[in-house]
Amino acid sequence: MKLVTEKRPMTSRLFRFSAPIVSILVALFVAGFLLLAAGVNPAQAYLEMLQESLGSTYGLSETLVKTTPLIFASLGVSLAFRMQLWNIGAEGQIYMGACGATAVALFSGIESHFLMITAMFLAAFLFGGLWAGVAGVLRARWQVNEVIVTLLMNYIAILGVDYLIYGPWKDPKGFNFPLTAQFSEAARLTEFFDTRFHSGFFLALFCALIMYLFMERTVWGYEIKVIGNNPKAARYAGMRTGLAIFFVLFLSGAIAGIAGFSEVAGLQHRLQHGISPGYGYTAIIIAWLAKRSAIGVVIVSFLMGVLLVGGDSLQLSWQLPVAFVYAFQGLILFFLLASDFFVHNRLKLVRGEHHA
Amino acid sequence: MLEILLDATVRAGTPILFATLGAIINERAGIINLGIEGLMLIGALAGFAATQASGSLLIGVLAAFVAALLAGSIHAFITVPLRGNQIVSGLALTMFGIGITALFGRSMVGLTISGFERVAIPGLSQLPIIGKAFFNQDLLIYFSFLLVVAIGFFFYRTRWGLALRTVGENPAAADTCGVPVTLARFLAVTIGSGIVGIGGAYLSLATTPMWIENMTAGRGWIAVALVIFASWSSYRALAGAYLFGGITAMQLRFQAMGTTVSVHILQMMPYFFTILVLVISTIRLQKGSSQQPENLGQPYDREDRK
Repeated sequence: MKLVTEKRPMTSRLFRFSAPIVSILVALFVAGFLLLAAGVNPAQAYLEMLQESLGSTYGLSETLVKTTPLIFASLGVSLAFRMQLWNIGAEGQIYMGACGATAVALFSGIESHFLMITAMFLAAFLFGGLWAGVAGVLRARWQVNEVIVTLLMNYIAILGVDYLIYGPWKDPKGFNFPLTAQFSEAARLTEFFDTRFHSGFFLALFCALIMYLFMERTVWGYEIKVIGNNPKAARYAGMRTGLAIFFVLFLSGAIAGIAGFSEVAGLQHRLQHGISPGYGYTAIIIAWLAKRSAIGVVIVSFLMGVLLVGGDSLQLSWQLPVAFVYAFQGLILFFLLASDFFVHNRLKLVRGEHHA
Repeated sequence: MLEILLDATVRAGTPILFATLGAIINERAGIINLGIEGLMLIGALAGFAATQASGSLLIGVLAAFVAALLAGSIHAFITVPLRGNQIVSGLALTMFGIGITALFGRSMVGLTISGFERVAIPGLSQLPIIGKAFFNQDLLIYFSFLLVVAIGFFFYRTRWGLALRTVGENPAAADTCGVPVTLARFLAVTIGSGIVGIGGAYLSLATTPMWIENMTAGRGWIAVALVIFASWSSYRALAGAYLFGGITAMQLRFQAMGTTVSVHILQMMPYFFTILVLVISTIRLQKGSSQQPENLGQPYDREDRK
C-alpha cells in the first residue's frame, strides 16, 4: 500500500469556492494554539474580536473605516496580479498618496470643498502611480524584479514621510510632535452617524465597480488579461507588452495611492507617522484570497477589517502586539496555498508496486 | 578612521551575508524564498531566547538555526511537494515571522544577555588597516568566512553540489540521472532557511545583544536583492554584503558626526542603493551569460516532464 497523489480530472466549483473559507477556518484553529501558547484563551479572544468588530454600531463603523483603505490597496494589488505582476509596494504607495493629498491640502489654498477634494484625489492618484511607475519602468525596460523594487520602495516612502513630518511639514503649533497642521474643513471628507465612518468607503465601492467594468467590459482590461495569461501570444497579436507593464503598475500604485488620500482626508485630517499600519501588506493577502475578482476584494477586505479591529481590541485587553495579526494572515495564506493543491489533486491509496 | 569604518562595515554586513548565503542555497535549488525577512526575525528571537535561558551563545546560534529551519520547512512543504506559488508562500512566511516573533517576543523585551565578544586572531589581527576589521572580530564572523568558502566549494567542487545545481537548472534532467529532486529541493530550502536564521541571530546576539520587535528592518529584503547582485555565488555575496555594510556604516558615522542632513534621508540610503545595485546587476545579467538558475521559481512535477 502506498499513498500517492494524482491530478483531478476536473475540479468542482464547490471545492474551489469553499477553499478560501476552509483556509481561514483552519488558520483560526491553528492560530488558537499560538494564542494559547502566548497565554491567551483563544475562544474568549475570538469571541471578543467578533463582539468588538461587529457587535455594536461603533464596532461596525470602525470595521468599515479599516475596510476602506484595504479595498483601495487590494484593488491596486489585484490589478497587477492580473498581469502576473507583483506589486508588493502598496504600503509605500499609500504613504505617497497621502503625501500628495497632504501637499494639496496644506499648500494649494483652494477654498471650494469640491475642488479641494478633487485636487487632493488627483494628487494622491498621481503620487501613488508614479511611485509604482518607477518599478514599472524598470521592469518594462530592463526586466528588473518588481517584487524587490516595490518592496524596498516601501521603506523609502515611509522614511520620506517621516522626513517631511519631522522636518519641513511639521506643524509649527504642534508642540514639536511629528505631524502636519490639521487640514481645513474644505479638505475633509464627510463623516456619518457621529462615528469615524466617512464617505471614502463609498468611493472605495465605486472604485471596485469601475475596476470590474474596466477588466470585464473594455479592450484594455481584455489585453491585460491576455498579456497576463500568455505574454508571447499577446506580442504576436501586436499588443505592446512593455507599455502595458508600465501602465498596469502605474494604475496599480495609483489606486493604492487613493487609500492614502482617503486616510488623510477622511480619517486623520493631517499627515502623521504610521498612517498605514500595514494595509498595503494585508492587501496582498486580500488580492490573493479574492482570486482576482473585484467583488471578492470587497468581501475579503471586510473580513480583514473584522480581523484588524478585533486584533486592535486584543491589543488593549490582552496586551497583544498589533503585529500578531500578521502571523494570522501568514497562516491563512499557508493554508490557502496548501488547499490549492488539494483542489487540483487528490490523494489515493495504491496497492502494489505500480503507481504514477 | 578607515579602520573604524571598515570594522563597522564587516559588523553591519555580517547579518546580511548569512541571509544572502541562505537565500542563494534556496535559489540554487530553484526555489525563490521571499520569507528571508521573516526567517531572520525568527532566528533573532529564537537565538536570543535560547541564549537567555541557557546562558550559552552556542546554544543560541543552534536554536536560531533550528527555529528558522523549521519555519523554512513550511515554505519547503508548500513549494516543493505541493508545488504552491513560491512568491505568495514566501510573503506568507515573512508575515508569519513578523507576527509570531512579535507575539512571543513580548516577554523578551528589556532582557539582556552578554553577547558575542571579539576574539583576536594572533598575528593576522596585527595587519595594517584590514587586521582589526577582519581578524579581531567575534566567532560568528569567522564562521561566516568559513561558510562562504564551504558553500563555494560545495557548489563547484563536489558531486552533491553539482547535483543540487542541476536540480535548479533542469530538474527533469536531474531526475533522469537519479537525483531525488523533491528531497534535494526540500533540504536546500530548509538548510538555507536555517542559515538565514543565523543571520538574524547575529543581530540579537552580537550587533545589539537584545530583542527588539521587527529588529531586522528590511535587511532580509536587501539580502533577496543581493542574491541577484551576487549572481548566485557565495564569494560575490560576501562583496555585496560588505558593500551594504559599508553604506550602513557610513550612514551611522554621518549621524554620529551630527550632519545637518536629516536622519530619515540618511536611513533611506541602504534601500536606495540596493535598488540601484539591483538595476545595474540585472542589466549586466542580461548582457553577459546569465548565472540565474534556469528553473528558478518553477515547480517540478514528474508527470509534466517532457
